[in-house]
Amino acid sequence: MGKVAIIGVGQSTFVRKYPGSIKELAFEGFREAMNDAQATAKNIDASIVCSAPEYDKQRSPAGVFAEYLGLNPQPTFYVESLCSSSSTGLRLAYSMVKSGLHDMIAVVGFQKMSEITSAESQERMGRGADIQWESPFGTMMPAYYAMYARAHMEKYGTKPEDLAAIRVKAATYGQINEKAVYRKPVTMEMFSDPENIMGRPVASPLRVGDACANADGSSCLIVASEEKAKEFSKKPVWILGLGAATTTVNLAGRDLFSGLTAARQAGEQAYKMAGVTPKDIDVAEVHDCFTIAEMMAYENLGFAEPGGGKELIQSKETYKEGSIPVNVDGGLLSKGHPIGATGGSQIRTIVHQLRDEAGDIQVKNPEIGLIHNIGGVGLYGNVTILGR
Amino acid sequence: MGTKKDVDDRFKKFGTVSFTSISKINDFISHLEEGKVMTTKCTECGFVFFPPRADCSHCLSSSMEWNEITGTGKLVTFSTLQFAPVGFEDDLPYSIALLDYGDYKVFGRIAGDVPDDEIKIGMEMTTAVNTLSNGQLNYVFQKA
Ligand SMILES: [Zn+2]
Repeated sequence: MGKVAIIGVGQSTFVRKYPGSIKELAFEGFREAMNDAQATAKNIDASIVCSAPEYDKQRSPAGVFAEYLGLNPQPTFYVESLCSSSSTGLRLAYSMVKSGLHDMIAVVGFQKMSEITSAESQERMGRGADIQWESPFGTMMPAYYAMYARAHMEKYGTKPEDLAAIRVKAATYGQINEKAVYRKPVTMEMFSDPENIMGRPVASPLRVGDACANADGSSCLIVASEEKAKEFSKKPVWILGLGAATTTVNLAGRDLFSGLTAARQAGEQAYKMAGVTPKDIDVAEVHDCFTIAEMMAYENLGFAEPGGGKELIQSKETYKEGSIPVNVDGGLLSKGHPIGATGGSQIRTIVHQLRDEAGDIQVKNPEIGLIHNIGGVGLYGNVTILGR
Repeated sequence: MGTKKDVDDRFKKFGTVSFTSISKINDFISHLEEGKVMTTKCTECGFVFFPPRADCSHCLSSSMEWNEITGTGKLVTFSTLQFAPVGFEDDLPYSIALLDYGDYKVFGRIAGDVPDDEIKIGMEMTTAVNTLSNGQLNYVFQKA
């Protein structure tokens, strides 16, 4: 069996409240990816739709999208792994192309978080954990990641300012990303100014500025066999490595709180499959739903030793000009985090980088890029390695 | 009418807001009412579970016995919330935490009367049943 490529990428602009339906939102990412691949709906022989269903009013969105995107009568499939749904979609597309069952697949990620009311969304927030054993204590995502931040600070002496520095980096690039939801600058001073919302505690030790921006958005990847890739694309980007792992939902079942085991394991799998090491990665997108998540990603992916993440950000090595540029599109923190669309958007950025088409955020001559996409509180770990 | 009474929905009493009521391990709630927080232990392979469970994932047995959590555990990590999900607003501020008992860990809340500046990772704490102001039951971690 031959290689598998990504030959088209697209995403909608990420916005607070998308002024259209979910199928219209999905169409935006799909159109950009199809134009990018110079493909027509006839060329696509299957679609995979990725989202977190608790935000949807529509039952079984995959069928609705297949109609709206012109993808009948081809089969369509729906996958979910919370915030990493579209990385899971890519993994399935790879398998389906590699097996020979299909030769060109559209992976459509989306989330219209404003589809439900803010009260409904708040209610769902309270059910994000094991609803039998943890949610009845009043848990929510920021508090879980805060428990990791607390453990990381205790073990390695990481400071709130080290985390704030990650937010400042994200905003540096969010400002120049036309598709980002948050385009304002963020400074270290904003975290220490009592009048500024950035420094307001949410769940200690995390503050408002440590959390990503919610958004509505869609993304789309066109995944193709080697033969189709060569037929359609001058610059196919090859899928070199894929890793996926899980851990327990209940924190009581876990042993490590200064890092995410599923991310580390997914990373090891992807490096092994691609035959590369962390040093070979030229540009990366990591799942910075909270600043601490990016800090742990540096360490779980081997860009830094455990505990060494703070030096990596303080020395600006993860800026565009650094030794390992990370999230130079603004990340989830500034670009925004429309759950099911996020992985596809991260992959889109790396594909642009590897094709030297990333414009203002282009890093110098990257050969190999990595995407780290996490679902839940380290529950689903997904790492993808791409090469040109 | 008669059959409805047979529904065992004791789990609806767990926590400030309970999201589920029917489970095979609803005896956990009756033990809470007696002032005990319990683990389950597989009688076939001896594995101890918290949270408690009806089925053993190690040997696939469904034969479990209840044992009380006694002694102290070490505080692994915690966070104090300034915002809460719907239904938990009146509890604010509160801290969620994880205690390590060696054979198992327990996720829960730190008792409201433990001052913030006395909460330290590594400290020894006990687990105790707590009745919430709305009459619901949970358990909290207290200074040992
Ligand atoms: Zn057993």
